[in-house]
Amino acid sequence: MEDKNIRLDYKIIIDIIKPDSNVLDLGCASGELLLLIKEIKNVRGQGVEIDDKEVFSCVEKGLSVFHGDLDSGLKDYSDKSFDYIILNQTIQQLRNPHMVLEDALRVGKKVIVGIPNFAYYKARIQIFFNGRVPVTPALPYEWYNTPNLHFLSLKDFLEYCKKNKIVVEKEFYIRKDKIVCCLPNFFAEIGIFLIRK
Amino acid sequence: MNSTKNFVQNENLSVGYVETQYYTFAKPPNELKLDSGEKLGPITLAYETYGKLNKNKTNAILLCHAFSGDAHVAGINKDDGSIGWWDAMVGPKKAFDTEKFFVICSNIIGGCKGSTGPSSLNPKTKKPYALDFPVITVKDIVNAQKCLIDYLEIEKLFSIAGGSMGGMQALQWVVSYPDMVRSVIPIATTLKHSPQQIAFNEVGRQAIMSDHNWNNGDYYGKTIPSKGLALARMIGHITYMSDISMKEKFGRKIKEKKQVFKFEPDFEVEGYLRYRGDSFVKRFDANSYLYITKAMDYFDLLGEKKLNEVFKNIKTKFLVIAFKSDWLYPLYQSHEIVKACKMADVDTTFCEIESTYGHDAFLLEVEEETHLIKHFLNKIYSEIEE
Repeated sequence: MEDKNIRLDYKIIIDIIKPDSNVLDLGCASGELLLLIKEIKNVRGQGVEIDDKEVFSCVEKGLSVFHGDLDSGLKDYSDKSFDYIILNQTIQQLRNPHMVLEDALRVGKKVIVGIPNFAYYKARIQIFFNGRVPVTPALPYEWYNTPNLHFLSLKDFLEYCKKNKIVVEKEFYIRKDKIVCCLPNFFAEIGIFLIRK
Repeated sequence: MNSTKNFVQNENLSVGYVETQYYTFAKPPNELKLDSGEKLGPITLAYETYGKLNKNKTNAILLCHAFSGDAHVAGINKDDGSIGWWDAMVGPKKAFDTEKFFVICSNIIGGCKGSTGPSSLNPKTKKPYALDFPVITVKDIVNAQKCLIDYLEIEKLFSIAGGSMGGMQALQWVVSYPDMVRSVIPIATTLKHSPQQIAFNEVGRQAIMSDHNWNNGDYYGKTIPSKGLALARMIGHITYMSDISMKEKFGRKIKEKKQVFKFEPDFEVEGYLRYRGDSFVKRFDANSYLYITKAMDYFDLLGEKKLNEVFKNIKTKFLVIAFKSDWLYPLYQSHEIVKACKMADVDTTFCEIESTYGHDAFLLEVEEETHLIKHFLNKIYSEIEE
């Protein structure tokens, strides 16, 4: 990718996606990622977002977006309607991530999941030595204002995939905009997974 | 002072003085065939246009009015000085930017604002149609509009937009003439009228028909059924507002200083409804009320079709807008439109606007609607300009 200003997690996701495919971005926020994917990979993109201000930003960017919550929105689609479904930094904020993941794996041929790692070593230190709930760049919120409803580690997610017979095709680990190679569950802040059923 | 200033500012962004035009067609023996099997002709449509049609005729937008609207959507009427019903949305640099688009709006058939309706002269009897006017549907209304669009030599409309019954027409256009509609903006509307919506309409119709002066629809040149029509409008207005908007607008305020303990309109909300009812009588025909509400009640885009079939193979781009406090056309009805779009893989954007205005919001939430509509239209416009 020519543009060096693109965040690493975005770059990874954009690289995964094949040109001219059909993409659904669940929890697309202001549509920044979806717009990049559309521009670089010429995909047909659709976003879903619950926050009205973010929906307005998406429309401003010329994106097609549904205003609504993800916990119910996938039911209307038939099987394998999309080549990719993106759940970047989203599932930890859902009321029922298991149900949404199952639906996403049904509706999408492949699903891209990005999650913050609760077992990142700095988070472990904060809990272990300070006795405090961790606040890290990937988990920047205080307990009283966090949108995150679920806290999971990268290992937890891989275990989940194993248990539910989900195939993990690719996995990427990031810390401070760099790829992490060893002990990702300890050293990575973010994990990105390409999965399918 | 303030209002003068506002007026001047608005005038700068206004389409200015406008004149209603008329187009007559479907002259016998080429009458318009109606859903009911009956024929109607000749038909006159009152319409207004704003902005300029470009060379390739690709920039035309049709606006469809709601139940009691008319062709005068923007600007200042040359004859009576009235301001258009969606003037805040239509004009230079507005949501429907007349510097870019050619905007058309026509009064529906069955109406009473210049288009052929029950108060028009029946060529066979040389008297007003009254109840001899055939029952019409939203499909018929759209078919008549199609004749106007053909007459203007527009092969494909850039967009069609409308709220409430205007939204029904917009959706009907997509289904009846899919190749003629590049994009559509259905606002606060539905795929089919619900029993509750039919029920409110029926109460309105009964209010009119139980007025002695209605006289089986034969009241032209005589005393009009003003009591019944005003009552129907009062009921309508309750359904257009919301509990919160009424609370905000009137509270429990009393017009005079103290309660008089008589059945006078002492609460402000009562005075408002009476005023609305009375002013409606001056501008609307009771029989048109019956015919148009019936057309809405018959509206069912699905019919025997399944939800996934209604927009099958449609290439039109959708922008669906709904309002949270609208209980007459509740959110679930817009969700159903969106669901049908999803199932048919139609390119769609949907937004629920936070508003306390109830169904009236589609006429009042100008800022939010402008933001959504302007960007939606610009994006598609840039695609065809490429």
